Amino acid sequence: MRPLQPSPPTPADAYGAGARRARWRETLAPTGNAGDALFRAALLLAALVLLLLVVSMIAAMAANSRLSLRAFGFGFLTSRAWNPVTGQFGALPFIYGTVVSSLLALLISVPVSLGIAIFLVEQAPRQLARPVAFIIELLAAIPSVIYGLWGIFVLAPVLREHVEPLLARWLGWLPLLQGPITGIGLLTGGVILAIMITPIIAAVVRDVLEAVPVTQREAALALGATRWETTRVVLANAASGIAGAIILGLGRAIGETMAVTMVIGNRPQISASLFAPSYTIASVIANEFTEATGDIYLSALVELGLILFLVTFVVNGAAKLLVWGVTRGTSGTARAA
Amino acid sequence: MSFAQLTRRAVGTLLCAALLTAMINCSGERAGGEIKLQGAGATFPAPLYAKWVSEHGKLNPNVKIDYQSIGSGGGIQQITAGTVDFGASDAPMSDDDLKKAPGALLHIPTVLGAVVITYNLAGVTQPLRFAPDVLADIFLGKIKKWDDQRLKADNPGVALPAADITVVHRSESSGTTAVFTDYLAKVSPAWKEKPGAGKAVDWPVGLGAKGNEGVSGQIKQTPNTIGYIELAYAVQNKLPVALVKNRAGQFVEPSLDAVTAAAAETVAQMPDDLRVSITDAAGASAYPIASYTYILVYREQKDAAKGKALVDFLWWGIHDGEQFAKDLQYAPLPAQVTQKAEAKLKSITANGQPLRQT
Repeated sequence: MRPLQPSPPTPADAYGAGARRARWRETLAPTGNAGDALFRAALLLAALVLLLLVVSMIAAMAANSRLSLRAFGFGFLTSRAWNPVTGQFGALPFIYGTVVSSLLALLISVPVSLGIAIFLVEQAPRQLARPVAFIIELLAAIPSVIYGLWGIFVLAPVLREHVEPLLARWLGWLPLLQGPITGIGLLTGGVILAIMITPIIAAVVRDVLEAVPVTQREAALALGATRWETTRVVLANAASGIAGAIILGLGRAIGETMAVTMVIGNRPQISASLFAPSYTIASVIANEFTEATGDIYLSALVELGLILFLVTFVVNGAAKLLVWGVTRGTSGTARAA
Repeated sequence: MSFAQLTRRAVGTLLCAALLTAMINCSGERAGGEIKLQGAGATFPAPLYAKWVSEHGKLNPNVKIDYQSIGSGGGIQQITAGTVDFGASDAPMSDDDLKKAPGALLHIPTVLGAVVITYNLAGVTQPLRFAPDVLADIFLGKIKKWDDQRLKADNPGVALPAADITVVHRSESSGTTAVFTDYLAKVSPAWKEKPGAGKAVDWPVGLGAKGNEGVSGQIKQTPNTIGYIELAYAVQNKLPVALVKNRAGQFVEPSLDAVTAAAAETVAQMPDDLRVSITDAAGASAYPIASYTYILVYREQKDAAKGKALVDFLWWGIHDGEQFAKDLQYAPLPAQVTQKAEAKLKSITANGQPLRQT
């Protein structure tokens, strides 16, 4: 509802310079008040500054990776080389490592997060739901480096001594689970990422489930559905929001640096086995950027950063759109994480 | 007093206090003639340089030196960009890197260090022995198991497990890697061809860890690993240290005397710019994987006062500073090399005037 409209335009000044000025006035100062106009302009400036920051980041990275873009072109995306001595660089092992570790993390985390969210929204008594939700959100606040340290000192030995030998024994016929077992590799990276993205996915799915109108649940129950069938109805309603949450978690997993670099082995290779060490884009930049001497070396690292930036941008944008699509127009505590 | 008035008072007092502190700091600097020097570079000599900075600071309290250990590559980058007053690097700069610098850069050797081979093998108490070709083949991935025949031949009587060898190397560009790969390139034509020597190479096998600390930690945590680190880190972390066979055919322990012996062989042929590699040195008691570590300074200093302070600090370092080297697992410079370094320091000028005559 627009308060205090300026005098409505007559047919004569619906077009032309006068009309344009009137439209500008309306945009900048809908209330016709100068103070409001100033406030509005200041907020607009703040929003534009942020936008400008993002655009300038992309521009700076593109400028700095010019050398590498020129030298390797699209071959950069398919080359497996990473040789600072000869100056041959390629992104494929890093893209592989990033994608596989993130997908593995999703595979482990999504059922767990969905379970947590459904439990908190549908099953848990109020007194239990709140502290559990709080603790889960606390997990999201733990710094990445702490996860990395815990990974090296606790998770890697556990995987090496107990989990990976078991997997090799039962499922060793799969090329996915063959090879030497050191506890440091794609599997450990994937597990740590799964632990890190579970709270995010759980929190967003919980909001999305709470945003489903209670009438849906009541209708299902009224038709004689069991608890589980009701939950299925709720999940079907919230499907696009859940997809958004999963993509959000994926976005976080793709960009995660410190925890992953400590447990993934930092080896730019593409191996079929999950026990083998690997390398993600974020890890290689964190490890090698400060010491990279050589213009093309630096340029290749910046180009990797550009690839990561664009991928994260797209993934997060898609997630936000999906979640917004499902939670807008509903009442209550719906908020995107 | 109302809340608004209280807040105004508090903010006002804080602002005044801040201004006063700033003013006092500024005036203090001008009055005391304090000189600030900034250095950055190799992690290997960082403990020694930290000791030098603190001891030198006790003798010259008006010279404040700050050394950031960001790695040899970082040190070279920063001194080339001119953001620091002196850089530090284990491996000497290449000709290409030197050309990129805006002025003539001098290499001042400070101490010697050893890159040691360390490993994690449960149940093995005596130090292992490695021949150069065996070492190269392990890092090339050609020798895959600990109980390989060649390892057993050099280590009779040692119960080597039938486990896979897990190599650990540096994930980032490092002077330690430069020294180690330089050695491997000298003793193995296969290594020289494929990965080659450099601060960062394309490792055929192995896990990457960040920094000497990362490699030590990885080796400590994971069984059946082998890796290369600086001697100081092996001693501090109580990791076993292997004997390496040198060119004369002797298995040498990486002691400070063995490192000094490696340097002694090449002192006579040291080139004029003091950039030399002492890996795979001749000599019966020389340790084959040793290296100088250098401080990089410009021959033409822009600021005479800072330049004088820097030259004096380095002069003190290569003379009085060497007494701290042994405790921190570095070998002091041989006497002839100290003389050559002195000559280099005397050649540093500011505005055409040499900064140190004696």
